[in-house]
Amino acid sequence: MTGALSTTVASGTSGLLAGIGASVLQVIGVAVGGPLLLGLMAKVRARAEGRRGAPVTQVLADLRKLVRKEAVRAHHTSVVSLLAPRVLVASSSVAVAMSPLLTTRPVAARGADLFAVVFLLLVGSVALALLGLDAGTAFGGMGSSRAMTVGAISEPALLVAVVALAVQSQTSNLPGLVTASLAHPGWLASPQRLLALVALVIVVIAETGRLPVDNPSTHLELTMIHEAMILECAGPDLALVTVGEAMRLGLLLGLLANLFFPWGVGVSGSLPGILGGMGALAAKTALVAALIAVVEVSTAKLRLFRVPELLAGAFVLGIVAVTTALVSR
Amino acid sequence: MSATAYLGGLGTAGAAALLGAILPDRRRLLGAGVLAAVGCLAALVGAGEVLVSGRSFTVHVAAVLPLAGLDLRVDALGALFIVTTAAVGLAASCYAVGYGAHARPGRTATALQPAFLATMLLVPAAASVASFLVAWELMALTSLLAVLIEHRRPETRDAAQWYGAMTHIGAAAILLGLLLLATHAGGQGFAVIASHRRQLSAPLASVVFVLVLVGFASKAGAVPLHPWLPRAHPQAPGPISALMSGAMVNMGVYGILRVGRDLLGGGELWWWLVVAALGIVSAVFGALHAAASTDLKRLLAYSTVDNVGLVLIGLGGAGALVASGHRQLGDLLELAALFHMVNHALFKGCLFLGAGAVQHATGTRDLDRLGGLARRMPATAVVFGIGALAITGLPGLNGFASEWLLLQGLLHGFGTHSAVTEAVLLGGVATVAVTGGLTATAFVKALGVGFLGQPRSGDAAGGREVAASMVVGMALLAGGCVVLGVVPGVVLPVVDRAVAVVDHVVATVPARSAPPVRSGLGLDLAPLQGAVEPALLVMGMLAGIVAAWGLLRLVPRQAELRARRRTEAWGCGREVQTARMEITATSFAEPLQRVFADVLRPDRDVEVTHAAESRYFPEAITFHQRVDDAVERAVYRPVIGTVERWGNLARRVPNGSVHRYLAFGLAALVLILVVLA
Repeated sequence: MTGALSTTVASGTSGLLAGIGASVLQVIGVAVGGPLLLGLMAKVRARAEGRRGAPVTQVLADLRKLVRKEAVRAHHTSVVSLLAPRVLVASSSVAVAMSPLLTTRPVAARGADLFAVVFLLLVGSVALALLGLDAGTAFGGMGSSRAMTVGAISEPALLVAVVALAVQSQTSNLPGLVTASLAHPGWLASPQRLLALVALVIVVIAETGRLPVDNPSTHLELTMIHEAMILECAGPDLALVTVGEAMRLGLLLGLLANLFFPWGVGVSGSLPGILGGMGALAAKTALVAALIAVVEVSTAKLRLFRVPELLAGAFVLGIVAVTTALVSR
Repeated sequence: MSATAYLGGLGTAGAAALLGAILPDRRRLLGAGVLAAVGCLAALVGAGEVLVSGRSFTVHVAAVLPLAGLDLRVDALGALFIVTTAAVGLAASCYAVGYGAHARPGRTATALQPAFLATMLLVPAAASVASFLVAWELMALTSLLAVLIEHRRPETRDAAQWYGAMTHIGAAAILLGLLLLATHAGGQGFAVIASHRRQLSAPLASVVFVLVLVGFASKAGAVPLHPWLPRAHPQAPGPISALMSGAMVNMGVYGILRVGRDLLGGGELWWWLVVAALGIVSAVFGALHAAASTDLKRLLAYSTVDNVGLVLIGLGGAGALVASGHRQLGDLLELAALFHMVNHALFKGCLFLGAGAVQHATGTRDLDRLGGLARRMPATAVVFGIGALAITGLPGLNGFASEWLLLQGLLHGFGTHSAVTEAVLLGGVATVAVTGGLTATAFVKALGVGFLGQPRSGDAAGGREVAASMVVGMALLAGGCVVLGVVPGVVLPVVDRAVAVVDHVVATVPARSAPPVRSGLGLDLAPLQGAVEPALLVMGMLAGIVAAWGLLRLVPRQAELRARRRTEAWGCGREVQTARMEITATSFAEPLQRVFADVLRPDRDVEVTHAAESRYFPEAITFHQRVDDAVERAVYRPVIGTVERWGNLARRVPNGSVHRYLAFGLAALVLILVVLA
C-alpha cells in the first residue's frame, strides 16, 4: 500500500506544476461539466416523460443570462448573502481540486483526504443554510431547517460509508483509495463495497437534492428544501449558487465513479492520461446521472418525515459495511 | 524561571480576588480584571515553558496546609491544562471588565471570578492527595458561589442546588477513591503512589478507578452524571460560564488521565471501554439536546456535554489501545482527544463569552426572541460566528483539525484485531459522524436565528455593540481558533509532551517508534497513512473566493446593473415581510426534534380557544413546548422524590419535645452498649 501511495506523490517542480495543472483542469472541467450533467438529467427526464425537453446546454445558457443581471438582495440581509454563494463555489472548487477525478495526481495529493472532502462539503451546506436564514423570511428559514435536518442525517451516513472504504483500503487518502481500487478489481464484488455503494448513492441523492428526497423542479414553496433557501438569490449570486451546487453534483458523482469503478482515470499525470481520464469521467458520470434521472421519473417525492428513515437506512448500511470490512480483513 | 512565573501568576490571580474584595466600587472591576489577566499571562508563560521544554518543576510549601503541606508539581500534562485554563482565563478577565461595567457587581461577585480562576490554575499542579483534594474542593466551592452571583432569580438557586449536590457527591467519591489509594500505596504524594502501584491488587485498583471516575465524570459533565451542567453553566454570568465550560470541565478529564493513566498506570482494558462508552452516550445525548435547545446558553452547555463525550471517546479508545499493547495507535488517539479538549476550551469559551455579550446587550438569551444582531453587533457576530463555525468542524478552524485527528485515530485503531475494542471504536466513529451533523444543525440555528434575519423582539432590536474590552476578550479566543485551525501542526508536538507524560509509565507495552503526528504546519500521521494541510485548504478557498469575484467582474454588464439594489424579500405575493413570519429557533429545530422524538420526548401543549359563535373558528391558539432531560426525568426525579419523602418523614421525628430527645439519647446509649458487648 505504501508503495502504491508513494507513486502518486508528485516529486519536484515539474510534478508540482503538473499537479496544479491537473487540479485547475479538474475545477474547470467540473464547473462546466456539472451544469451539463444537470442539463443531461433534465433531458433524460423529459425524454422518459415523452417530452422533447430543453437542450443539454440549457443550464449553461441560464448561467450566462444570470451573470449579466443585477445582484438584487433583500432588505435585512447581511454580508452572509454576499459571502455564502462565493464560499460555496470556493469550497466546492477546493474539494474538486484535490479529488482524483481526472488523474490520481492532483496538486498536494498527499494531503488529499476523503474526510477533508466530507468536511468541505459541509462548508457549502452550512453556507447555504445561513444564506437561507439571512433574509429573515418564512420560506428561507423553512428551507434551511429542512436542509439541515436532512443534512444532519446524511452527513453521518456519508462519513460512515467513507470509513467503510477507508477501512478496506487502510487509508483515507483519496489517490490512495483510487489506486487501491485499481490494484484490487475484485473488491468491487465484495459485500462491504456493495453495501457502501448503496449507502453512498442514497447520500448523493440527498446531498444533491434529487428525488425522492427533494424535487429540484418544484415551484411550490411549501414543498421546497433546497430551492427555498436560495429564493432570495438573484443574478450573479444565483449563478454562483447554481455553479456551486452543480460542482457538488459533479464531484459526488465523479467520486462515486472513480472510487468504485476507477478504470480510465489517469495514473501517470501526463497530458494524454488526463485527457483519457476526462473522457472516462465524462462517460461514467453521464451514465450515473442518466440512471438517477431515470429513477427520478419513476419515483414520487417522499414525505419530509420519511426522508430521515431512508437516510437512517443508508447510515445503517454504512455501519454494516464497516463491520463487514473489519470482519473480512 | 517557569516555577517563578507560575507561582507569581497564581499569587497575582489570588491578589486580584483580594483586590476585588477591598477596592471601592469604580476601581474594583478594572483592578481585579487587569490583575487577573496579568496572573493568567504569567501562569501561561510559566506552564508554557514546562510544556515546550518538557522540564517539570516541584514546589513544596509547608506553611499552607497543616500536617501535610502543599505539594505542587507541574509536569507537561498538568501544564497543558494550566495553559488552557490560563488562556480562557485571560480572555474572560479582559471580558469581565466590560461585562460588569453596567451591572456593577458587588465585592463578592468581583472577587469570585479571579478566585475561581486561581483554584483552577492550582488543581493540575497538585502533587499529593491532600493538596489535590483541597484544590479540588476550593474549585468546587468558588464555582458554586460564582453560579450563585445572580442569586435573586429562582432558577439560579435551583441550578446551584443541583450543582452543589452533584459536585459534592462527586467530590466524596474522589475523596474515597484517593484515600483508598493513598492508604494502600504507602503515602499520599503522587510520586510515591505512582512508584508503588504494582503493589496494588487489581480489584482494589478497579474500585479506586471506578470511584474517581464517578467524581471526575460528573465534573466533566458526562451522561448520566450531567444534569447539573445544562442548569449551572447557563445561570452563571457570562465570563463565569465561559470559565466553567471552557476550563472547569477539563479538570474532570485531567483527573481521569492523572489517576487512571499516571497513578494507576493504565490498568485494565474494561476501564477504558467504560470511559469510551460514557463518551459515546454523552456525545450523542449532548448533541441531540443542543440541536433541540432554544436557549442560547443551554444550547452551548449541552454542546459541552457533546464535546466532553468526544474527548472521552478519544481517551477511552487510547486507554484501551494502550492496555491491549498498541501504544503508537493509542498515543495518536490520546493526542487527538487532548487537542480536541484544548480546541473546545477555545471555541466554547468564545461562544459563551459571545452569548454573554448577547444577553448583556439584549437582556435575553432566548433564541426565539433574538435575530438581526449581525447588523447591530457586528464584532460580536464575527467572533461568535468564528466560534460556531469552528465547533461545526469547518476546515480552516480548529474544530476540523481535532475532529479529523480523532477520526484518523479511531480509523487506525481498527488494526488491533480485538473484537470488543473494535466495536467500541466503531461506536466512536458512528458517534463522531452523528454528532457532526447534529452540531452543524445546532450552530446554524444559533448563528442563523440569533444573528441573521430580522429582530424577533424589541429587546433584540435594541441590541448595541458591547464594550471594547469584551470584544477583545472574545477576539483573543476566536484568534486562537483560527491559528490552531490553520496551522495545527505547530502546537501538536507541544500537546504530545502531555501525552508522553502518562505514556512512559506503561512499561509492559513496547515504546513508540515516532511521535503520532509529524512536526510541520499541517497534520501528517507518517508513518501511518493520512495527512491533511488545513493551510492549503484555506488558501485554496480564499483563492476560489477571489477568483469568483474576479470572474464576475470580467462579465460585461451595463453600468446601472452593477449597483447593488435592495428590495422586499419574496413573500408569495405579500408585500411586506415582518418578523412574525420569520422562522424561530423552536420551529427550526422542530423537524429534527420530531425525527428524534423517542430520545428527546418533548412535552407539547396546544390550546385552542374557540370563538363564541362557532367552534369551527379558533380565536386564539397557544403553543407550549419544552424538552426536558430524559435522563433527569427517568433517573434523578425518582431518586430525588424518594429522598424528599424520607426527609419529610424524618422531619416528624424531632418535634421539639425535650423528653423525646432524652429518649433518643438513652436508646442510642443502650444500642452502643449492646453493640460493644
